[in-house]
Amino acid sequence: MSVPGDGLVEIVGTGGALPGEPPPPDETRAVSHGRLVLARFTRHRLAMVGLAVLVLLFVVAFLGPYVAPWSYTKKDFTAFLQPPSSQHWFGTTQIGADVFALTLRGMQKSLIIGLLVAVISTGLAALVGTFAGYYGGWRDKVLMWGVDLLLVLPSFLIIAILSPAFRSGSWLIFVFLLSAFLWMVTGRIVRGMTLSLREREYVLAARYIGVPSHRIILRHILPNISSLLIIDATINVSAAIISETSLSFFGFGIQPPDVSLGTLIADGTSSAFTFAWLFLFPAGVLVLIVLAVNLVGDGLRDALDPNSVHK
Amino acid sequence: MLGSTGRVPAGTPVLEVSDLQVTFPGRETPDVRAVRGLSYTLAAGEVLGIVGESGSGKSVSSLAVMGLLPGTAVTTGSVRLGGQELLGLKDRELAQVRGKRISMVFQEPLSALTPVYTVGDQVAEAVRVHNRVTRQAASARAVELLDLVGIPYAATRAKAFPHEFSGGMRQRVMIAMAIANDPDVIICDEPTTALDVTIQAQILEVLQAAQRETGAGILMITHDLGVVAGLADRVLVMYAGRPVEVGSVDDVYYRPRMPYTMGLLGSIPRVDERGRSALVPIEGTPPSLAALPTGCPFHPRCPMAIDLCFTSEPALERVGGPSHAAACHLSGVIDDQDLGPVDVYPVPEIPAAAALRLPRPDRPHVLDVQGLVRHYPLLHGAVIKRQVGTVQAVDGVSFDIREGETLGLVGESGCGKTTTLLEILELKAPQQGRVVVLGRDTSGLTGQQRTALRRDVQVVFQDPMASLDPRLPVGDILAEPLRTHGTPKDQVWPRVHELLRLVGLQPEHASRYPQHFSGGQRQRVGIARALALEPRLIVLDEPVSALDVSIRAGVVNLLEELKTRLSLSYLFVAHDLSVVRHIADRVAVMYLGRIVEIGDVDQVYGAPAHPYTQALLSAVPVPDPRKERARRRILLQGDLPSPADPPSGCRFHTRCPRFAALDENARRPCLDLDPGLVPIAEDQQAACHYAEPLRVV
Repeated sequence: MSVPGDGLVEIVGTGGALPGEPPPPDETRAVSHGRLVLARFTRHRLAMVGLAVLVLLFVVAFLGPYVAPWSYTKKDFTAFLQPPSSQHWFGTTQIGADVFALTLRGMQKSLIIGLLVAVISTGLAALVGTFAGYYGGWRDKVLMWGVDLLLVLPSFLIIAILSPAFRSGSWLIFVFLLSAFLWMVTGRIVRGMTLSLREREYVLAARYIGVPSHRIILRHILPNISSLLIIDATINVSAAIISETSLSFFGFGIQPPDVSLGTLIADGTSSAFTFAWLFLFPAGVLVLIVLAVNLVGDGLRDALDPNSVHK
Repeated sequence: MLGSTGRVPAGTPVLEVSDLQVTFPGRETPDVRAVRGLSYTLAAGEVLGIVGESGSGKSVSSLAVMGLLPGTAVTTGSVRLGGQELLGLKDRELAQVRGKRISMVFQEPLSALTPVYTVGDQVAEAVRVHNRVTRQAASARAVELLDLVGIPYAATRAKAFPHEFSGGMRQRVMIAMAIANDPDVIICDEPTTALDVTIQAQILEVLQAAQRETGAGILMITHDLGVVAGLADRVLVMYAGRPVEVGSVDDVYYRPRMPYTMGLLGSIPRVDERGRSALVPIEGTPPSLAALPTGCPFHPRCPMAIDLCFTSEPALERVGGPSHAAACHLSGVIDDQDLGPVDVYPVPEIPAAAALRLPRPDRPHVLDVQGLVRHYPLLHGAVIKRQVGTVQAVDGVSFDIREGETLGLVGESGCGKTTTLLEILELKAPQQGRVVVLGRDTSGLTGQQRTALRRDVQVVFQDPMASLDPRLPVGDILAEPLRTHGTPKDQVWPRVHELLRLVGLQPEHASRYPQHFSGGQRQRVGIARALALEPRLIVLDEPVSALDVSIRAGVVNLLEELKTRLSLSYLFVAHDLSVVRHIADRVAVMYLGRIVEIGDVDQVYGAPAHPYTQALLSAVPVPDPRKERARRRILLQGDLPSPADPPSGCRFHTRCPRFAALDENARRPCLDLDPGLVPIAEDQQAACHYAEPLRVV
């Protein structure tokens, strides 16, 4: 017995572990936080499935055009509005474009727009929210004033006004515009959570150890709001893809002949019951993307939260 | 009297519980057997104390008696109230009994009252539920009851809402509601745990008055052996859902026959004993009720366990006196040899600190606080904030800590002790006054110097769950201070392992998360983090108050041992005066942002000179029934005044018993002049115009 009166050690040794925890590693190789999280993530089967689906979608979207018989710009004037066949796997449109080629092209755009917008807007929300909440004072006031201003401004109008200026530029600018108007509500929630986390004793303890503020935010505050951030990011993926559609519909964003999943779905909606393939394939792909992202998000959330019991 | 059901003569059994069993069936997890065969009888006019740690089944058993358990719980056995079987009654029928013949006082008085009704209405409702009386009559009775439990200006205060009442006042209201219908049985579930000692003393007094008024039997559930010592006639000790010892208070306190009871008694520091010897800790933690060990549930922690204890669970059998029974295979042996806690439990040796051998003036200062002030502006208004007042949280506090010593900072909640501690930890220039840490004035520090100084000043917080980041493994938590202060990478993990061993944990615990540890173990992790940088001063904010009694002793011993081994100094902030007496060398008593008495711990505890210190010490219950019965409490009137509007002159005069006894002329200095600290004895100073040492414990 190293310390008098200490027998507490036993309970962790016998009954303290949660089921599914890795066996205690030997003393020389202590496992750090990052590796534990990674281990939990890779053990999460559904998350692995989601990740595999996402990777597969990317591969299909970017390598598919090289194997597909038709490109998205080419029209088959012998086949208008044909249902799926061996020639046109997903059928054709009113003007004879191959729906499979269009869907692949749309996936390229939408995957990138969806994921990038989600990551950027949630990242921005996390950054501004924690910064404002943790530091407080005038920084908080200025940032929250900015957030409120952005919330009040009609984002659609701003993007509409700005988009001619960017028309010549890359469509990636569009990604930043979209994310710039998606983060504010989350940012406010993050700030609120940070305000309460800031008073927690483990944050105080870190401060009194001398840990610099940015590291406290990174190590103690962000991980403790990660569940919210991950859920927000997964929702933002579909939100971005859909709002891109509505903007494109009004002539901003992705313009013909280029396509995105959003524009395809918008075009196909009217004929969803008559020429189902026009709608079903792009919509199915969108559902697949959102589902896969959700699975990965769930896995990430469970991996970051040692309390969640995953069955 | 309204609603009187006719008093049961004292001594007749009013509540008979036999073989009560409560099980919470688990779906995928094993069943939780919260209570496993509890039997007791409560007579009218009697106080039965049920003592146990968290998870011992004491609260569940009382909820089962009231029929308040959730529907999923399976309850068997028998609960008879005045001959009527309560188990199996429909909720409607139980409602006839609850509040009328059996009532309950809960621990948390804030959540037990509805915030949107006035206090008077809520008490009146308790009357009207069981009696056909007019609204006016019920209100009149409510005022009468509030007056009975000692609420001043009861008629006016009855129109106030719960949030306008302090914790102690709310608990009085709860008691008023409990006695509204003259019940036969009052169940008190930790009624004073959430309250300060001086308020606790008031509430215990009220409970006794309530019992005199109603002649009810009181079931007092608590973890504090001191509270029941003076109040209870009989005591029942519970462990792992079963009674392990029952008997008269004198039997249980002076002749415990079950090692668990002995351990409990031996592990509590006492306010009335100058103690330098280590406490007697019980090893291990209480078992999980879902996975009880075979045989006697206490055997893994029992120093006396023999083979039999591993296989068969002992029954509660008579030992010694006629009403004394214990559930232990060895209780006969203990009785024959008349063993005490010290004989059964190995007492750890803790050597005296080397630094303490030097006389105090020769030791260097570790912390020197002079005239520390912290005021918070009280703001009002939505858009344009204007200051409407000042909360004087800390108002001119001075003390010093020399190398190798422990200063205990005590006081009731709201006295400013935590603010003082946080002000010191900030290491910044205070609003007024001076904080000098290890010879460096904090007002002149640059950011870099401040970070460097943080190595030497570390903190341990009260709640071991809240002070450890739930998202980080313990190893990373301990590595954080090392990485922050630039420990080379290859030395971080060896040091983490060393720290874990130092506080009695194992290196392989490094990859586990805080929630996989018990409360005591978590607090050890918190202590290890504070030690990581080899500090010279550790500030401890109520480090043991959130822990179970039997765990507490182990942590207190650990703190003492570390202090000696690593020559640390402690600033120990606590409201528990017994722990402070045990661990501190010097003590400072705070009241409303001021230190009212400071000095050597034995000097201050032995002969306190300030009336507040005297009241505080006399309010602390002692786990010694004879002493407790003979003690005379100095009861303070009312609650702590608001620090936004402190009284003139001496801040204590509104509640001061000595002031109350003075005549008009003699009162003048107390009303006009703010007393400063004046020397009373060699190392004792008190801030009172009429300071006079008085022995109270």
